Amino acid sequence: MHEFEVIEHTADVGIRAFGNTEKEAFENAALGMFSLLCDIDSVQEIQTYTVEVKAGDRETLLVEWLNELLYLHESRGVLLKSFKVTELAETRLVGYGVGETIDESRHTLEADIKAATYYMLRIQKTQGKWEAEVIFDV
Amino acid sequence: MENSLELIEITPWCWEIPKTGSMRVPGRVFADRNLVEIAAQEKALEQVSNVACLPGIVTASLAMPDIHWGYGFAIGGVAAFRMDDGVISPGGVGYDIACGVRLIRSNLNIHDVRAHVPDLIHELSRMIPAGVGRGGDIKFNRREMDQLITKGVPWLTEKGYGWHNDIDAIEDGGVFEGADPELLSLRARERGFSQSGTLGAGNHFIEVQRVEKIFDEKAAAAFGIFEDQLCLMVHSGSRGLGHQICTEYAKKMVGVAVRAGIDLPDRQLACAPINSREGKDYYATMACAVNFARANRQVMTHLVRRSFEYIFKTSAEALGLDLVYDISHNMARFEEHEVGGEKLKLCVHRKGATRSLPAGHPDVPNIYRAAGQPVIVPGDMGTASYLLKGTEKALTESFGSTCHGAGRVLGRRAAKKLIQGHELKSRLEMQGITVMAGHPSTLAEEAPEAYKDIDRVVEVCHKAGLSEKVARLTPLGVIKG
Repeated sequence: MHEFEVIEHTADVGIRAFGNTEKEAFENAALGMFSLLCDIDSVQEIQTYTVEVKAGDRETLLVEWLNELLYLHESRGVLLKSFKVTELAETRLVGYGVGETIDESRHTLEADIKAATYYMLRIQKTQGKWEAEVIFDV
Repeated sequence: MENSLELIEITPWCWEIPKTGSMRVPGRVFADRNLVEIAAQEKALEQVSNVACLPGIVTASLAMPDIHWGYGFAIGGVAAFRMDDGVISPGGVGYDIACGVRLIRSNLNIHDVRAHVPDLIHELSRMIPAGVGRGGDIKFNRREMDQLITKGVPWLTEKGYGWHNDIDAIEDGGVFEGADPELLSLRARERGFSQSGTLGAGNHFIEVQRVEKIFDEKAAAAFGIFEDQLCLMVHSGSRGLGHQICTEYAKKMVGVAVRAGIDLPDRQLACAPINSREGKDYYATMACAVNFARANRQVMTHLVRRSFEYIFKTSAEALGLDLVYDISHNMARFEEHEVGGEKLKLCVHRKGATRSLPAGHPDVPNIYRAAGQPVIVPGDMGTASYLLKGTEKALTESFGSTCHGAGRVLGRRAAKKLIQGHELKSRLEMQGITVMAGHPSTLAEEAPEAYKDIDRVVEVCHKAGLSEKVARLTPLGVIKG
């Protein structure tokens, strides 16, 4: 099973992420998002950034998880490549991303993602596999 | 993509989506047959009808000819809500709050200065931080930032970033009232001000342009525009500040809408009653981002003037580098309009649409009161941009609104598949256009093929009476962020 695929949208771009578990689908959605931002192979796993978000439901938690990682990316100037969701309850998510501070000599930013949106947001389980879809404003 | 929506041709330039289901008003799309068919192929028309379901909406949920599929609201959407029972929606403004364009003119004739354009583009790209994630050199501390986002461009010109008469050529005199920086979250500040309070970064594009054609001599003269004139266009927004404000309020308002019993056809349409705490707080933080976006464009203008001085060894004043106008195309604002013969105060959302006000309107700056409001429509890199003027008909048809650009037809990735950044660069250079881009792939995303035909979009606005053509500008040099 591949980790994610890119969804085409006229103005924006989305990610359809897959997982054997819901947590894994969330992790792959984050991987998909950072793959849009940069060449993920150029990122080294140096530092861990933890994330804890609360929201009304699972879909909103997914958006919040991604927006929190975007906030870390922009405000701390980091690129992340490996993700773990350690706790996923109905209204709370705890996880982390591992990566490093942007180094202009090694990293090229390929896009500017403004936010993960609620538009066409969807999490579903089919035949034992999880799928999460989210559209970004780029 | 299936499209089950019925469309009725009202005029060759206006199509109606009849009121069905939970729509409170009809949808109305200003477009010719070709443009409306493009919109129908994606989900843009469905988005127009979704907006028509929101409480307090008046007249119709509108779309300009550059309409394309967005998230929540379509891009190119205009919707007005009554103050007493209407809503305000962060998604109806967008993440890049007050994204907009400004046009700077000069007294230079392109025939005299064409040879300097590549040097000028190089100098501009050196002076003005472009590209994703780059910071600027002009920094303000927190107290100064609060002043800036409350007092807007006049505060900046007092500090020496620009000329006093710049504020006569910016919407609202350069200051949007009602901003409350106390309401900004720490995160909004951190994202917006890159921690150190930089300004001037994050441009979408800067173009050096030639006035190729004049359609309306009288209005062009009023705007200080002549044929073969060298002009410069800046396109940028509120960066991380606007993105974070929209992110926070979109989340908050999903909950508010549920509590207020508002049935949302799409969660990205999350909204709150205009008079609610959340509605008022959103407006006051959005206002911060509006002032910030304009300030950003003002600082860029300051840097543009320094670049011209360096290249032409002449003062910016002697080069006549005056501001023609500065407009925002992602905003919500309180305006008075006539609805069913009655004057009503409304909250007008424009997401990818600009104001288009006629001569004599009190919101048109004094210097243009007799000519009408300048409307700036940025095009894509390979074709053209337009300078238009506002009309009386726009007031009755579209709450005083018109288009904001060409509008995309191809997704960013599809555009990248179609053409490589470096190929596009050499093709544009063959056309005599100097190109500098932060990254080749961001260049390919903006390939001319990814956009609708801007001439057609502007023509439809002209024929529908939403705005009138004044001048067409073609690019000589482009810096893509």
